[in-house]
Amino acid sequence: MTDRLLPQTKKDVLDIIRAAIEDKQTLEIIGAGSKCDWGRPVNSAALLDLTKLTGIMLYEPAELVLSAAAGTSMMEIQQALAEENQQLAFEPPDFSLLYGGNNSGTLGGTIAANLSGSKRLQAGAARDHFLGFEAVSGRGEQFKSGGRVVKNVTGFDLSKLLAGSFGTLAAMTSVTVKVLPKPDKTRTVLLYGLEDDAAIKALSKALQGPFEINSAAHLPANIAVRSSLSYVASSGGSVAAVRVQGPGPSVEVRCRAIRALWQASGDVDELHGHNSDILWQEVRDIANFLSNAEDQIWRLSVPPSAGAGVVAAIASQLDGEFYYDWGGGLIWLAVAANAGNSATIIRQAVDNSSGHATLVRASAELRSNVDVFHPQPAELARLSRNIKSSFDPAGVLNPGKMYKADG
Amino acid sequence: MQMPEPDAAIIAKRPEIIDQLNRIVPGGPFGANVITDPDGLRAYECDGLSAYRQLPMVVVLPETTAQVSEILKYCDDAGVKVVARGAGTSLSGGALPLADGVMLGLGKFNKVLDIDYANRAVVTQPGVTNLAISEAVADHGFYYAPDPSSQIACSIGGNIAENSGGVHCLKYGLTTNNVLGVEMVLINGDVIRLGGKHLESEGYDLLGLVTGSEGLLGIITEVTVRILRQPDTARAMLIGFDSAVLAGDCVAAIIGAGIIPGGMEMMDKPAIHATEEFVQAGYPLDAEALLIVELDGPKAEVDHLIDRVQGIAADLGAGYFRVSENEAEREKFWAGRKNAFPAVGRITPDYYCMDGTIPRARLPEVLKRMDEMSKKYELRVANVFHAGDGNLHPLIMYDANVPGELERAEDFGADILKLCVEVGGVLSGEHGVGVEKRDLMGTMFTEEDLNQQQRVKCAFDPDSLLNPGKVFPTLHNCAELGRVHVHDGQTRFPDIPRF
Repeated sequence: MTDRLLPQTKKDVLDIIRAAIEDKQTLEIIGAGSKCDWGRPVNSAALLDLTKLTGIMLYEPAELVLSAAAGTSMMEIQQALAEENQQLAFEPPDFSLLYGGNNSGTLGGTIAANLSGSKRLQAGAARDHFLGFEAVSGRGEQFKSGGRVVKNVTGFDLSKLLAGSFGTLAAMTSVTVKVLPKPDKTRTVLLYGLEDDAAIKALSKALQGPFEINSAAHLPANIAVRSSLSYVASSGGSVAAVRVQGPGPSVEVRCRAIRALWQASGDVDELHGHNSDILWQEVRDIANFLSNAEDQIWRLSVPPSAGAGVVAAIASQLDGEFYYDWGGGLIWLAVAANAGNSATIIRQAVDNSSGHATLVRASAELRSNVDVFHPQPAELARLSRNIKSSFDPAGVLNPGKMYKADG
Repeated sequence: MQMPEPDAAIIAKRPEIIDQLNRIVPGGPFGANVITDPDGLRAYECDGLSAYRQLPMVVVLPETTAQVSEILKYCDDAGVKVVARGAGTSLSGGALPLADGVMLGLGKFNKVLDIDYANRAVVTQPGVTNLAISEAVADHGFYYAPDPSSQIACSIGGNIAENSGGVHCLKYGLTTNNVLGVEMVLINGDVIRLGGKHLESEGYDLLGLVTGSEGLLGIITEVTVRILRQPDTARAMLIGFDSAVLAGDCVAAIIGAGIIPGGMEMMDKPAIHATEEFVQAGYPLDAEALLIVELDGPKAEVDHLIDRVQGIAADLGAGYFRVSENEAEREKFWAGRKNAFPAVGRITPDYYCMDGTIPRARLPEVLKRMDEMSKKYELRVANVFHAGDGNLHPLIMYDANVPGELERAEDFGADILKLCVEVGGVLSGEHGVGVEKRDLMGTMFTEEDLNQQQRVKCAFDPDSLLNPGKVFPTLHNCAELGRVHVHDGQTRFPDIPRF
């Protein structure tokens, strides 16, 4: 059985990594393990478990900033923020259902995977709210970058590199994020019955208006029917949805304007706060909509207007289920576990526009055999390898987690 | 400020380098694209930080990505340093030339390439000005959100190099939050594309890394930015207070109430007086601190939030309160703030513009200590302040013709920046490190912090040919930085639990 090392302090993390370098061993970094099946399987000598590095170190609501040890649970973070009527504006999804786990992970893991939710459209992803960190690199050096203020161009923005690096560069020991007030009011406008292409055009039209829409999804009929909301499930057809948030009077005005804009395109309806929260949680957390626990799950990021075309190209060659977020720019796609040629078909379709396709969930065998992350052009792959070796020249941390060549 | 010693062997090869550049970028009907005469070079000797000047060895003005690639490949092979320049508005000396370096100007990359409303994106060449992007999409009711004060002149490529901000970034983010993609040329001539019209990059976020990298990693030849729909309504408020402490409390209370204004600026008394004299914006001359708060969005939202902000300001005893009643008045409210630098320029022969960020709550303390420093150095200072996000712009007034004053202004500035770091802030909020703050990097970072940043530089540019002498106080050799330090026998860890 693999050794599990449980550092209690950042000094412990430093000692463990230095010892691994000396012993020519490898380490797999994990937090709560809520999404450790995202990425290629790592065969390491030991697990570096950061869940004992916990605690909120600084939270100043009026300054919109929070620092915490990397292993602090998302539950603890979200509870502390809720007490001050604040939130993480990038709305990280909870993938516990998707991966069959029972917790929503840690703040460090959320950043290492650069999570984002439906609000990505307006508010960005984890990387956009990640102000600074302390970490131990794969060279066995403690270092930091960034700070606790938003406006900062002092030196290279290594926070951006660490966000989405899946633990392949350094083990973060503490992180600082920007937080924002919770909106006063939330509503969602629904538009029923459109085909994918027409629905995405309707979303685009609404997104081009002065309505400050922060989320825009489209659920084909077979997905909409799985919603726990009758407004969405019982229409029998597809449902497109946009969310508006803000001060009460403003939200009402904007919803009215969107309904007027959409009136000619089909039937419209509106969800109030509580039902809105349920719908967007379903869109964000995936597993309710793509509910077969065996399926491969793919995440495609493409230009929004290309979304329906990319899906049509894939659907002509591969059976699957899908829905759209980010106004068509994010596609969640489920295909059968044994669909062996899925990667080739999906990536060809994506490469015909621009963007990438990530295999977010699949058997360990499939994740070892196909590229989990979108293959990069040679120049970019070379640069990525240079970056990896600038932090971790001996390949101690999460070897092969992102790219086979680093394993 | 010490720059790397010019390489005599490179300077001796100047005629050959010029020949090669002429071969790669031949002259056109409007003249040469390689500038070699002293008068022509003079135009490039400094950027917005004009205290530092240096004639470049040669200036080249390519027009295509292929030419940029060929130039860089040639320079890489020949071991020639390259400094990129956009509009030359950097306030930190990021585009200061090198005596033994090629200056690569991007002024001919001046076209907007694609406006895509369906994806709410604009693809543009890097020499296009920040404001020109907003103007190109204004007819359709869109704009590009980051708005540095120099937006009429500064280029979008330069904005990416410096991760520029502006008054609207409290609500809409910095450059890094609004750039979707770039095409970039590496020192070896490789052309790479990062991001695009899709929202999210995958793999290491090189786009995020390149933003704010001050020309040290590559040369940007194309940019994709996201554009936003203009808000229906925008109204600005002037709120005057008897003390900076109260003004700071008001900023905290507004944000504490869950309101994120489109812009929230503060000026101290010297700045109020200088700007009022210059543009007659109607600022209250008896106030110690003035806030300009702008709310934007649907009319119903703006009216609602103005009432709330007014209530907050009244509770804190604001002595002056005025709301813009029309667009002309809103612009007038902003005119003073946006012209703060030239306004201060009128009341002093020279001024030195600083750019630190602090945690907002420390403002009163920082202003008080700045006042003490002002007395110590016998130099006046006016403060404009992006109050919402803690970004200070102290303007130190001096006279370069008085021996010793420039040096005193620089020492005063360095003390201010050290103070910013001491209270938990950073050396630069939006102007960049460049040469100006290079030697202060050690006050914020350890050697290990800086070494890791430089190793990232090595991953892109192993011979350190792109903009050397900027950002990092010490130039390390990449091979030496790459070695792994082994800590023999000191690193056993018997006390750590294992399972």
